[in-house]
Amino acid sequence: MAFTAPTETYPGKVFEIAVGTDKTAAFGGENVLTFHSFEGTVPNRPVIAFEIQDIPPDDWPETVKKVYAAVSGDAVTWAKYCQNELNAKAIALRLLGTHPDRENRSPEDAAKIVKDVLAAINIPLIILGSNNADKDSLVLVAVAEAAKGRNCVIGKAQEANYKTIAAAAMAHNHKLIAMSELDINLSKQLNILITQMGFDKERLITDPMCSALGYGIEYTYSVMERIRLAALTQNDATMQPPLLGDVGMYVWKVKETQASEADLPLWGALEQRGIAWETTTSGALLLSGAELLIMRHPAAAKAIEKFIDELM
Amino acid sequence: MALTGVEIFKLLPKTNCKKCGHPTCLAFAMKLAQRQASLDACPDVSEEAKKLLGEASAPPVRPITLGTGDKAAKMGEETVLFRHEKKFVNPCIFAVEIKDSASDSEISAVVDGVLTSEMDRVGQKLRIDSIYISNDSNDAAKFEGVVKAVAAKAPAVPLILATTNTAAAEAALKAVGDKKPLLYGADESNAEAMAGLAKAHKASLGVKANGLEALASLTEKIKGLGVEDMVIDSGARSAKEILRDNTLIRRAAIKKNFKALGYPVITFAQRDDSMVELLVTATGVAKYSSIVVMKSVEKWKNLALFALRQNIYTDPQVPMQVEQKIYNIGEPSADSPLLITTNFSLTYFIVSGEVENSKVASRLAVMDCEGLSVLTGWAAGKFTASKIAQFIQDSGIEKEINHKELILPGYVAILSGSVEEKLPGWKVTVGPREANALPAFLKSRG
Ligand code: B12
Ligand code: SF4
Repeated sequence: MAFTAPTETYPGKVFEIAVGTDKTAAFGGENVLTFHSFEGTVPNRPVIAFEIQDIPPDDWPETVKKVYAAVSGDAVTWAKYCQNELNAKAIALRLLGTHPDRENRSPEDAAKIVKDVLAAINIPLIILGSNNADKDSLVLVAVAEAAKGRNCVIGKAQEANYKTIAAAAMAHNHKLIAMSELDINLSKQLNILITQMGFDKERLITDPMCSALGYGIEYTYSVMERIRLAALTQNDATMQPPLLGDVGMYVWKVKETQASEADLPLWGALEQRGIAWETTTSGALLLSGAELLIMRHPAAAKAIEKFIDELM
Repeated sequence: MALTGVEIFKLLPKTNCKKCGHPTCLAFAMKLAQRQASLDACPDVSEEAKKLLGEASAPPVRPITLGTGDKAAKMGEETVLFRHEKKFVNPCIFAVEIKDSASDSEISAVVDGVLTSEMDRVGQKLRIDSIYISNDSNDAAKFEGVVKAVAAKAPAVPLILATTNTAAAEAALKAVGDKKPLLYGADESNAEAMAGLAKAHKASLGVKANGLEALASLTEKIKGLGVEDMVIDSGARSAKEILRDNTLIRRAAIKKNFKALGYPVITFAQRDDSMVELLVTATGVAKYSSIVVMKSVEKWKNLALFALRQNIYTDPQVPMQVEQKIYNIGEPSADSPLLITTNFSLTYFIVSGEVENSKVASRLAVMDCEGLSVLTGWAAGKFTASKIAQFIQDSGIEKEINHKELILPGYVAILSGSVEEKLPGWKVTVGPREANALPAFLKSRG
C-alpha cells in the first residue's frame, strides 16, 4: 500500500486582525485548522492578553491574587507590571467596577481609567465591560471614545446590547468582540446582525463563550471546532473572525482552583493545580481554534507560550 | 479504500431473507458501508464475500486491548475526526515511564504514584492506566529484574515493555507475557525477531519508524509476519509533529480506509517542565493518541488530565447523567433541608460539591431531565412544576422528613408558585442562583 499524506486545503481562511498602535499584535490569518502549518499557512502565533481589573481582585483565589498583590490596587500600576515585568503582549482591562452590584462606577470614571492605562502602556489593550448588558452599553460607548486612535478591542457585544457597542467601536475604529452563548447558530446570527449595521466583518472577534476544564469545556471546544470548520470548508465569512477564549474568569472560580490539599489530598498541590487548570483549559481551546486568550496567572501564560513555541 | 453500499450489495446473497434484521440486502449493505452493522449478522454470506468484505468492513482503527482483568484498557475503534460528529470511543491511556536504570526507591515511588492515582469524578473511576518500563540500561537481566519487580508490586496494572533489544524483550515477556503487555518494540532493524516474540507471547507490538511512509511499510511487513495487534509511532516528538502525524494517521485510517496506518498511536510527551508535559499530553488526548507516555504523575496534573480526557470523550449527543434519586449529603436528619436539581452530571457534581462545602447535612433530590442543566431542562419542558411535584410525591420523601419545605434553584424562581400549588401542604423556598452561594445560604438558615 503506497502512502500519500492526506493533506487538506480549504476554500476559506480566518481573518487576520492586528491591534494596537505602537507595539502591535496580530492573530488569525490561517487558511487551515489551527497549527496545521504542514498543509497551509499559519502566519501568526495566538496572542495571550493578561487580564487586569479596575478594582482590586478580591474574589480571585489566593494562588493568582498573590501574584499581583503589590500592583493590583491600581489599574495603571497593574498594567505596567504586566507589560514591563511579565512581558505581556497585550492587556485585557475588565471594568468590573462599573457593575451596578459592585462600585457602580460611572462611564466617565471608566473612561478616565482607560485613558490612564493607555497612557502608561504601548502594547495593545482589550477593554471589557462588567457583563451587565445595560451598563455595558453605556460604559463601552464612553471608553471607545476615550480610546480613540489606539486601535483597541472593545467587548463584549451581545444580542441584548450589540447596537450601541458596535456603533461606538465602529465610530472610533476599534475591533469588537461579539459574544453569544455556546451555540454556533447564535454566534453566526450575532455576527450577521453586527455586520448588517455596516460593521466590517474583518474587525470582529468571535467569543463563543468560554467554559472551564471539568465544567463544560467540551461545549466550548466543539463549538470552536465547528465554527472553524465552517470558516474553512464552507468559506462562510460570518464564521471567519478569529476566536477568543476568555479563560481566566471561568477557571479561577471553580473548586479545583480553590480547595485546599488538606481537604482533598487526592487532588494534590493547590498552587500547581490552579495553574494547571488555567493551562489545560487554555491549551485545549488553542487546539480547537482559539487565536486570542485572556489569562490571569503568569505561570500558566508562560507554559502556554512554550507550548505555542513547540506547535508553531 | 472503503466500499460503497452498492459495491457491498453485489457481494451479498440478494435473497432479502431479513435474517440480518434489515428489510433487504441493500438496506443491510448501506448500514455496512456506514459501519453501523457487522457482517456477522448475515448468516448466508459466502466465504469469498466474507474475505472481500472483511477487510473493508473492519473498523478503520484496529481495536486492541492492553493488559488483562479489571484494569485492562481498550484502544482503537475510532470512527471520526471531530468529537461533535460522534463520540470518541476509547479514552487515551495515560502511562508513566520507569527507566530500568533508576534506583529501587525511585521506581517504587513511581509505582506508588500509579497505584494511588485512582479517583472518582462524575461517577467514573479514573487513574493512570499503565506503566511504561524502558530498557535504558540495554541490559537484559536488569530489564527483566525491573519488569518483575514492577509486576509484583502492581500486578493489575497493564505494562508497556520498551526495548529494542530482543534478548531483553524475550526475558521480559517470559516474566509477564501472560498479562497482555505491549512490546514496544519493533523497528526496521529487528522486525522479524520482535514479531516472532509478540506472536509467541500473544503480546501486541509497538512499531516505530521514521515518518509515516516508512511506518506504513513496516506495519505491512509485520502484518505479513503474522502480527496484527500493532500500536504505531511515527517518531513524532514535538507538539507540532504529534499534531501533524496524528492528524494524518487518523485521516488516512478514517477517510481513506488506509489499513497500514489503521492502528492505535502511542505518543511520547516526556518533558522536564511538568506544565509543558501536561500540554503535550493534552494534545494527545484531544488529537488522536491512544497512549501517552509521561515522565511524572503528580496528583494535580493527573486531575487536570483526567478531567480533560473525560470531557473530550463524553458523548456529544447524550450529556453525562446521574441516577434519579434523593441523595444524602453528610448524614441528614429528619429536619435537614431538601433541595432539588436536575440529573445533568455536571449540575449534580457542582451542586453536591457546594452542599458538601456548606457542611450542612442535606438531601439533594436529583430529578431525571435527560441530562439537561437546570435552565436547559426548564426551557426544554423537562424541569417543570408538575414534573417536580410528581417526582417529590413519588419519591415518598414526605414520610422520611419532619418538614415540607423544598429548596428550588434560583434560576427557576418563576416555578415556585406553581410547585406550591401542585404540592399541597408544601412550602417552596427559592435558593440562590449560583451554586457557589449555597454554603452561605444553607449556613444562614441555621
Ligand atoms: C450547554 C447548553 C445547552 C446544551 C445542553 C447541555 C445540558 N446538558 O444541559 C444543549 C446544546 C443541548 C442545549 C439545548 C437547548 N438550550 Co441550552 N444552554 C446551554 C448553556 C450554554 C449552558 C448550560 C449549562 O451546562 N450550564 C451549567 C450547569 C451546571 O448549570 P445549571 O444546571 O443551571 O446549574 C447551576 C445553577 O442553576 C445552580 N443550581 C443547580 N441546581 C441547583 C439547585 C439549587 C437548590 C440551587 C440553589 C442552585 C442550583 O448551580 C449551578 C452552578 O451555579 C446555557 C447558557 C448558560 N450560560 O447557562 C444555555 C441555555 C440554558 N439554553 C437555553 C435554551 C433555550 C436551549 C434550547 C431550548 C434551545 C437552544 N437555544 O438550543 C435547547 C433545549 C434542549 C432540548 N433538548 O430541547 C437557554 C434557556 C433560556 C431560558 N432562560 O429559558 C439558555 C440559558 C441559553 C440562552 N440564554 O438562550 N443547551
Ligand atoms: S441476512 Fe443476508 S441474505 Fe438475508 S436479507 Fe440480510 S443480507 Fe440479505
